[in-house]
Amino acid sequence: MGELGAELVEIEDWTCCGASAAEATSYLLSLSLPACILAKAEKMDDTSQILVPCSACYLNLKKVEEISRNNIELLNKINTVLQEENLHLQGKMKVRHLLDILARDIGPAKIFANLKSPLTGLNIAPYYGCQCLRPYSVFDDPEEPRSMEPVIEAVGAKIHPWDMGGRCCGASHMTTKPDVALELVAAILKAAKGADAIVTVCPMCQMNLEAYQKKISGMSGEDLSMTILYLPQFLGLALGLSEQDLRMDLNLSITKAFRDKLNRTQISADIHR
Amino acid sequence: MNRLEKIESEQESETAPAPVIDSLAPIRDMVSACIQCGTCTGSCPNAFAMDLTPRQLWYNVIRGEKETIFHSKTFSLCSVCYYCTLRCPRGLPLTDAMSALKQIAAKENLAPYKKSVRFYKSFMESVRRHGRVREMEFMTLYFMVMKNPLLPFRFAPLGMKLMSKGKVSVELPSKGSGTLEAIFRKVEELENS
Ligand code: SF4
Ligand code: SF4
Repeated sequence: MGELGAELVEIEDWTCCGASAAEATSYLLSLSLPACILAKAEKMDDTSQILVPCSACYLNLKKVEEISRNNIELLNKINTVLQEENLHLQGKMKVRHLLDILARDIGPAKIFANLKSPLTGLNIAPYYGCQCLRPYSVFDDPEEPRSMEPVIEAVGAKIHPWDMGGRCCGASHMTTKPDVALELVAAILKAAKGADAIVTVCPMCQMNLEAYQKKISGMSGEDLSMTILYLPQFLGLALGLSEQDLRMDLNLSITKAFRDKLNRTQISADIHR
Repeated sequence: MNRLEKIESEQESETAPAPVIDSLAPIRDMVSACIQCGTCTGSCPNAFAMDLTPRQLWYNVIRGEKETIFHSKTFSLCSVCYYCTLRCPRGLPLTDAMSALKQIAAKENLAPYKKSVRFYKSFMESVRRHGRVREMEFMTLYFMVMKNPLLPFRFAPLGMKLMSKGKVSVELPSKGSGTLEAIFRKVEELENS
């Protein structure tokens, strides 16, 4: 984000938002945990917005933001719980998804202006998943999302045409109901064939899409290996950050074909410079 | 008895106990305007694996058929994608209704949902203790309460991959190790009153 002129500060003593587990056990807990985080963020000076880089965390926090505006009774109940930690939620914080900020606040023009090595020739399948789009459609169409496209095109890449961008990756089913989740991911990987990479805006989706490719390929009897990148990593490549800065070594699926193509585009960019 | 032993030893019940009848009432209110059009079923990415379709589930909720509901896998197969909520022509909060059914299953510790419930509870136990999830501990808790000696092996290849990349930390992150015990306790107190 520094490359794009945005300043981020970490919330002091952040805690877990409850992920998808809290809601599966207790409604009040699933609201109280994100409320803790928002209340801590409210105490920080000069911050009015919170950027959330994961779609599941985003939705958990967003729900509480909505409640703090529209449901005083429930807000009071949440505050009774927060009182235990001497916290109080007023509802001043605006919860923003990473993609929302990249696509609308920073925007393609600024990204283009900071372009160091264009990713021309790469064919990218934008993957949004569920919870940044639904149920709160803040910055995109909940059924046919497009908000990532200008951002991807700004760095010179093309969009892989597909209609799986808003489909579900299975979320925590991958652990509790693997058979079902593997089917969902298989359908997404199949539809991405022909693209050079899938770009995600949520680390949980990224993990589901990248970690089981061998198994899924075996199941489907075809090679479904596919490079999966988190959007900031993909943009970082074009903004001149090194693979080390982007911690590409931590990715679980970067294919050789992708590496070769990336090297070629970067070499040709160097020649034309 | 510590809470982990509790997750493990809590009496599982095969049938939905009496209080469930009452706890179904708010869910019935959520879906009472259902016109049985089937849009939710058609939109659900997990419908292929469900025994009751979402439409059939709502029908049973409206009729209070708790035996049918709590023997069906349907609500535990909801992956919270919000497609049905988005598309329901009556604008019903269907994803929330699915979650409310999961919450009853967790609270009553109903046997058919043991696997997911124990997974979620193990995760939350780790969050309760440390404020953040500690991956190693959480998966160990999960394997312990599942008492299935083969289960860890299913996760071993991924675990090794993540560990070799330093993505699973064996130690606690240094900052923010405050416990959330007080918050969890207060929630339990309010929910049980
Ligand atoms: S989409 Fe809504 S109205 Fe139609 S069957 Fe489902 S719950 Fe009922
Ligand atoms: S929210 Fe749950 S029930 Fe509704 S469509 Fe998605 S997976 Fe199916």
